[in-house]
Amino acid sequence: MSEREPAPVALVLVSHSRAIAEGAVDLAGQMAPGVLLLAAGGTDDGGLGTSYDAVEAAVTRAVADGRSAVVLADLGSAVLTAESVLDLADPDVAERVRIADAPFVEGAVAAAVTAHGGADLDRVLAAAEHAGTMFGGDQVRPAAVEAAADDGVVRGAVTLRNPLGLHARPAAIVARMLAAYDAKVRINGANAASVLELMKLGATQGDELTIEVEGPQATEARDALVAAVQEGFGEV
Amino acid sequence: MTLDVAWAVDWVRRSADAVAEHREELIELDRQIGDGDHGENLNRGFTAVVAKLDALEEPPGEIGDVLKLVATTLMSTVGGAAGPLYGTAFLRAAKATAVPELDTKGVVALLEAALEGIVVRGKARTGEKTMVDAWTPASEAAAAASDAGASAAEALEAAAQAAADGAQATIPLVATKGRASYLGERSAGHLDPGARSTELILQAAAQAAA
Ligand SMILES: Nc1ncnc2c1ncn2[C@@H]1O[C@H](COP(=O)(O)OP(=O)(O)OP(=O)(O)O)[C@@H](O)[C@H]1O
Ligand SMILES: [Mg+2]
Repeated sequence: MSEREPAPVALVLVSHSRAIAEGAVDLAGQMAPGVLLLAAGGTDDGGLGTSYDAVEAAVTRAVADGRSAVVLADLGSAVLTAESVLDLADPDVAERVRIADAPFVEGAVAAAVTAHGGADLDRVLAAAEHAGTMFGGDQVRPAAVEAAADDGVVRGAVTLRNPLGLHARPAAIVARMLAAYDAKVRINGANAASVLELMKLGATQGDELTIEVEGPQATEARDALVAAVQEGFGEV
Repeated sequence: MTLDVAWAVDWVRRSADAVAEHREELIELDRQIGDGDHGENLNRGFTAVVAKLDALEEPPGEIGDVLKLVATTLMSTVGGAAGPLYGTAFLRAAKATAVPELDTKGVVALLEAALEGIVVRGKARTGEKTMVDAWTPASEAAAAASDAGASAAEALEAAAQAAADGAQATIPLVATKGRASYLGERSAGHLDPGARSTELILQAAAQAAA
């Protein structure tokens, strides 16, 4: 555990495979060293499957010291076992634990980063569940997205959620994230590849960002950007 | 004729025997539309149940005690979806049978509670190619037998037969719950392993009562 105060929300990662659960803990932990991440993967003898006892032990540790916890499960019996554990747990424990309906790896990373920022249980749960919409444009919340117009420009609009607005860290995140796409992105007219231009916008919490994207991966880039802004860059 | 705790113990031991005997078959069924572990999972679970029964210092006092032991043991040793599903089924059944002896209505209550547990846990309805397709007709058949004045043993016999028919009826179905649902249309043409194991377990219940 780090020197800083551990985050108030822990994560329990339940997989059929011990290697997957432990790998996800490593991956998420890299971006969220202050969060208690517990793996409960595989059966008790190390085979593929889920172990009631391992999940129960992990949940119990997760909520110790007054923390609450979000559980991510990979498939089938991992979900059923986690639900069984919560059904049979003390109400005092169960009320502080939520099972996320989220993709395992992406959900774990998003939840861990959000928890690392000190967010509460509902926020961490929402971050995990929203991670599913990072894939494919059609899953993004429709309100934030407009269809591509005839001019080949993909557009979107999204409201800035994090308190400090588009300051240095989120601006850097945006620029870095968009570099992965074959697309040219403008936010309120500024070139989104430039951290400086983004910061100069001076956009603050509650401001609406207008997004215009061109290029072969325009839709993907727009969706990733919308999702990251809605996520509050892990700061909300 | 009512059923007592000795019946419950006999049911559990017969279930364990049946699962062990049909282990390969259940594995093969699950290999066709799943991950091939159902026979292994259940055999591990019921072997652990029998070991716990054998290790008891005093024989279990009530039917509910036996069913609760089955529930908690399956839950923590099966390792697949059948663990929490059967675990919840036996747990609910244990709560519904907090009486020294079961008459026909008691049998109906047991089966209905078990089915309810499976549905609460797995959220499957009939027709989704799961064990629900065996438990639902079983509990309905027991209720119908009860209305017709059947004995507890006869109600279990009717339930076992209905479970067998229900299991067969899963063959043409397309799975929409559980691991088999990943196969989509390709799951049709195969017997659901969980429906088959349900048939075996309810057959054991009827045999123990006969
Ligand atoms: N949601 C569900 N509701 C009811 N029954 C289900 C559900 N999911 C699976 N089953 C039943 O469980 C049986 C499979 O049990 P098994 O122990 O092999 O689990 P599994 O699918 O391998 O579990 P896992 O999710 O760990 O892979 C299926 O044949 C089906 O009858
Ligand atoms: Mg299986």
